[in-house]
Amino acid sequence: MSTGQILSASQTEPVLSLRNLRVSYGEREILHGISFDVMRGETLVILGGSGSGKSTLLRTLVGLEKPSAGEILIKGQNLAKTSAAEMDEIRRKIGMSFQGGALFGSMTVGENVALPLREHTKLEDSTIEIILRLKLQQVGLEGFEYYMPSQLSGGMKKRAAVARALAMDPEILFFDEPSAGLDPIIAAGVDELILELKRAFHMTIIVVTHELASAFLIADRMLLIDKGNIVALGTTEEMRSSTQPRVRQFLDRIAEPEVSGELDYLQMLTAERPDAHSSAGKRG
Amino acid sequence: MEFVSQLGSTTLDGLSYLGSLASLGARAAYYTVVAPFQGKPLRFQRAISQAMDTGVRALPILSLITFFIGLILALQAAYELRKFGAISAVATAVAVTMSRELGPLITAIVVIGRSGSAFAAEIGTMKVSEEIDALETMAISPIRFLVAPKFLAMMVMLPCLTIWANAMGILGGSLFGVAQADFTLVRYIQASIDSLLLRDITTGLVKSVMFGVTITAVGCLEGLSTGAGAEQVGRSTTQAVVKSIFLVVVVDLFFTALFFFAGN
Repeated sequence: MSTGQILSASQTEPVLSLRNLRVSYGEREILHGISFDVMRGETLVILGGSGSGKSTLLRTLVGLEKPSAGEILIKGQNLAKTSAAEMDEIRRKIGMSFQGGALFGSMTVGENVALPLREHTKLEDSTIEIILRLKLQQVGLEGFEYYMPSQLSGGMKKRAAVARALAMDPEILFFDEPSAGLDPIIAAGVDELILELKRAFHMTIIVVTHELASAFLIADRMLLIDKGNIVALGTTEEMRSSTQPRVRQFLDRIAEPEVSGELDYLQMLTAERPDAHSSAGKRG
Repeated sequence: MEFVSQLGSTTLDGLSYLGSLASLGARAAYYTVVAPFQGKPLRFQRAISQAMDTGVRALPILSLITFFIGLILALQAAYELRKFGAISAVATAVAVTMSRELGPLITAIVVIGRSGSAFAAEIGTMKVSEEIDALETMAISPIRFLVAPKFLAMMVMLPCLTIWANAMGILGGSLFGVAQADFTLVRYIQASIDSLLLRDITTGLVKSVMFGVTITAVGCLEGLSTGAGAEQVGRSTTQAVVKSIFLVVVVDLFFTALFFFAGN
């Protein structure tokens, strides 16, 4: 664990920086120039509706999608311009907890968590065993190492996935929809786990979600993206008191305006367009 | 004009598919042969359990099928040979046809049904549940972790299964030989062995190795290119079976022609 290192490093040093990041699937551009910094030890929550591009953003940050333009700097290294070997090096510094857990069904929970250690380190089996116990304990799953993923509940799968993401002591931890598919109580437990990781290990955490309650609970700062552009970026207080229409609409869960007639629809199209553009232009 | 452009784009698609197969095969070969010497060990344990699955567990069904195929071959050959009073040549006909052609081909088709489809389904399911992505974010190559052990297992097991299939086919033929053509079992087997040249067997085995490569490459590539959603896994599996059967026949034709013109 790198607690000492973190205390000495200044809070203002960005661990992850995006510079005008653009991502396209074929002809279609999903992200239109995203720029922001994530500071060491902070928790950034990326909010956005379905199809906003937040999942694409996350996939690009962990190197699963290649940006079409722009830079991703993880501790100063540009992710977009690395060789395969350097990419592997960077990937050892990040951990990712997938939406459904993405545990390997043919391996026990213990084997899943120990996999990165077995693959990337030359540690003795007994040492790996100890690390494994520690990681499982951190996520509240001690004693479950011999269970198969299929025998775990949804919440436990998420926890096991977090344990696996933590195995290599990553500097940045990514979460994709940590509370998706969980009942409110279990979801609260996962939020609590994220807070615990932040408190105890000062980990830099990036969470993609659309769950507002959970977002406000765990975030230091929030980033709202819509249609591939940044709508707003600020602390939880700033977001709460924001008067920006798009932010209010998202936070107050107002549905898209209802369309009653053809004329209304035309009006909405003609009125909405320039408005949406200018508001995105101002902040993004 | 429409037809020509259609033909052109289909041909290009086909070629790019072959390119993907070759690239996957090459990367798997790298992780099997080169990478272990660079400190990235192959998952040998996994390759062995894969070999159990694709090889040993296929034996009962493969034995049954090739036994029947051998018997069918004997009946069909005898139908013609009988006219020339050469029914005793049945042993030769069955042995040569099995080991040069039908042994490797039937084995490949059984393995496609059992393992090629399973590869596509296994990897496809992992793709859908983000397990492949998880491997990549952990800096573990899915090719090394999943594909390479399958290649190794198939390249070793398919020739083994083929030899077994040849033997079972000859045994099937012997049932007819003993019942209808005045052979004893020992004499039938002896006649079969005498009729076979070493190259009859080796050409079959060379083919079977190539079939193994083809089946694994197609199964894994279809699995890896599975789209989002469970129904896509079904589609990948079907595609894997259809494309494997087609490509195995193409590879078969290629090597048979090669051996023919090379005088083997």
